[in-house]
Amino acid sequence: MAYAGLSEISRGSLAVWRRNLDAFIKTYKVNFIPPFVEPVLYLLALGYGVGALIQDVDGIPYPVFIAPALVSISVMYSAFFECTYSSYVRMYYQKTFDAMIATPLSIEDVITGEILWGATRGTIYAALMIPVLFLFGVIDMPTSLLLIPFAFPAGFLFSAIGICFTAVTPGIDALNYPAFLFITPMFLFSGTFFPIGILPQTLQYFAFGFLPLANIVNVNRAITMGEFSPVLLYNIVWVLLVALLFFIIGLNLMKRRLVD
Amino acid sequence: MEIITAHNLEKYFGTLAAVDGISFSVKKGEIFGFLGPNGAGKTTAMKMIHCVSKRTGGDLRVFGLDTDIEPRMIKQRLGVVPQENNPDPDFTTFQNLTIYARYFGIPRSEAEKRAEELLEFMQLSEKRDAPIETLSGGMKRRLIIARALMNEPELLILDEPTIGLDPQARHLIWEKLRHLRSIGCTLVMTTHYLDEAERLCDRLVIMDSGKILVEGSPAELVRKYAGKEIVEAAANPEFVACLKEKRIEFEVFGDTIQVQADDPQIIAQIMMESCGRERITVRMATLEDVFLKLTGRTLRE
Repeated sequence: MAYAGLSEISRGSLAVWRRNLDAFIKTYKVNFIPPFVEPVLYLLALGYGVGALIQDVDGIPYPVFIAPALVSISVMYSAFFECTYSSYVRMYYQKTFDAMIATPLSIEDVITGEILWGATRGTIYAALMIPVLFLFGVIDMPTSLLLIPFAFPAGFLFSAIGICFTAVTPGIDALNYPAFLFITPMFLFSGTFFPIGILPQTLQYFAFGFLPLANIVNVNRAITMGEFSPVLLYNIVWVLLVALLFFIIGLNLMKRRLVD
Repeated sequence: MEIITAHNLEKYFGTLAAVDGISFSVKKGEIFGFLGPNGAGKTTAMKMIHCVSKRTGGDLRVFGLDTDIEPRMIKQRLGVVPQENNPDPDFTTFQNLTIYARYFGIPRSEAEKRAEELLEFMQLSEKRDAPIETLSGGMKRRLIIARALMNEPELLILDEPTIGLDPQARHLIWEKLRHLRSIGCTLVMTTHYLDEAERLCDRLVIMDSGKILVEGSPAELVRKYAGKEIVEAAANPEFVACLKEKRIEFEVFGDTIQVQADDPQIIAQIMMESCGRERITVRMATLEDVFLKLTGRTLRE
């Protein structure tokens, strides 16, 4: 109970993480498709299709403008869906969590392993997208390699939020609510496909105050543009603190769900 | 030496008592059974022993350690076979064992060695690299038992180990469980199969509504609560009246009359000669008679 469950986390969480990595590697052919195909589709349809109608965004060619957003979105989707639908399947249908907590692992180890894995999956996806985007000439090297280390805390944040929903959902279908009401609007309104600056002032504050993706896109765009400003410090600290907050909430909600 | 000791162990879910102040102890090297109808509190008691459910009252020690304070230490030394098979469907039979070993921090080479041995022991070597969905129910059950043995546990907890298995598979599992006992492992199990409890358990408790009704060896319990033999015959009003007249104590279960007897020939003779019954069955009393006598015949959900 001490320290909101954080003291119950051990190295065992890495065994949980490793189990998920092993399962991912076993089916790597399917898993590696999205990070290669998604950016190509988005770049062709939006970057060059819609982009043909738009000269530039603040002097930046449109495909270059959306490239960092595509990486951010991929991290969001892969991490969030891993820790909602996939975690729920492991928890409820496969009873994998039950098998794990019958060993020396604690609930906190299991949940931490799940979130670390979601973050890792997001990072793998970001890393796989980079060569594709580079081949399209929409990101610069080597600065854009910084997208990879930042994908980890970003993925951790979405995984932790995902786990919170998984802990309270009455069934797998109800996970569609956060997917459509939280993730999809964020996908569209976080400075992804148009600059956040064209929104009314209050909505801009709302976006940076409450939307994880808006903060992450801002950091990733600064990385690919190579333009760093003090606002980024705010974005990064926000991501880290909110990730920690949802991590703690997720641990406790899961403990309530799984231990009686 | 006592492996498990429980004193007034309690588990409340809100105001509902799932386990209502039970005391028992399990000795090293014995097979100890929890019997009882559905909802009696057996599984809850087992969950508290393997530290996934927290008690709400009383005291519970496993290996002398408090389950509330040292769950990791306790879980390191015990194996669990849950009621529902839960192999990891993303991996093969062999990988199920080696991945499970990682949760105990067992080094890889040691884990692989034990996995091979246990596949052999549970007669699953042929299915070593098979995906889980190709295993039959009996094979999955054996895999779960093999998995529970990966950490070489001193105590094995089994929740209905042979549920839904064919007779061949049940006999194989019984043989393996007896072998484990012979090498010093302590086993705690629940079962609804009373013949299984009678064959395997050194001692058992029968629970109902969260309480322990009786405790003892199967033979002791049968002797004490069901007598030596049971005489059975079809019931009808005249027959019942005749037995009453002869001052024979009996019980009616649906369309059958049962008489507990140490001298069944005499009872059978009275039934045949004085009460005119021709079809009479005389059989040994079993644990099932004790169970039904103590917990009643009402259906439980």
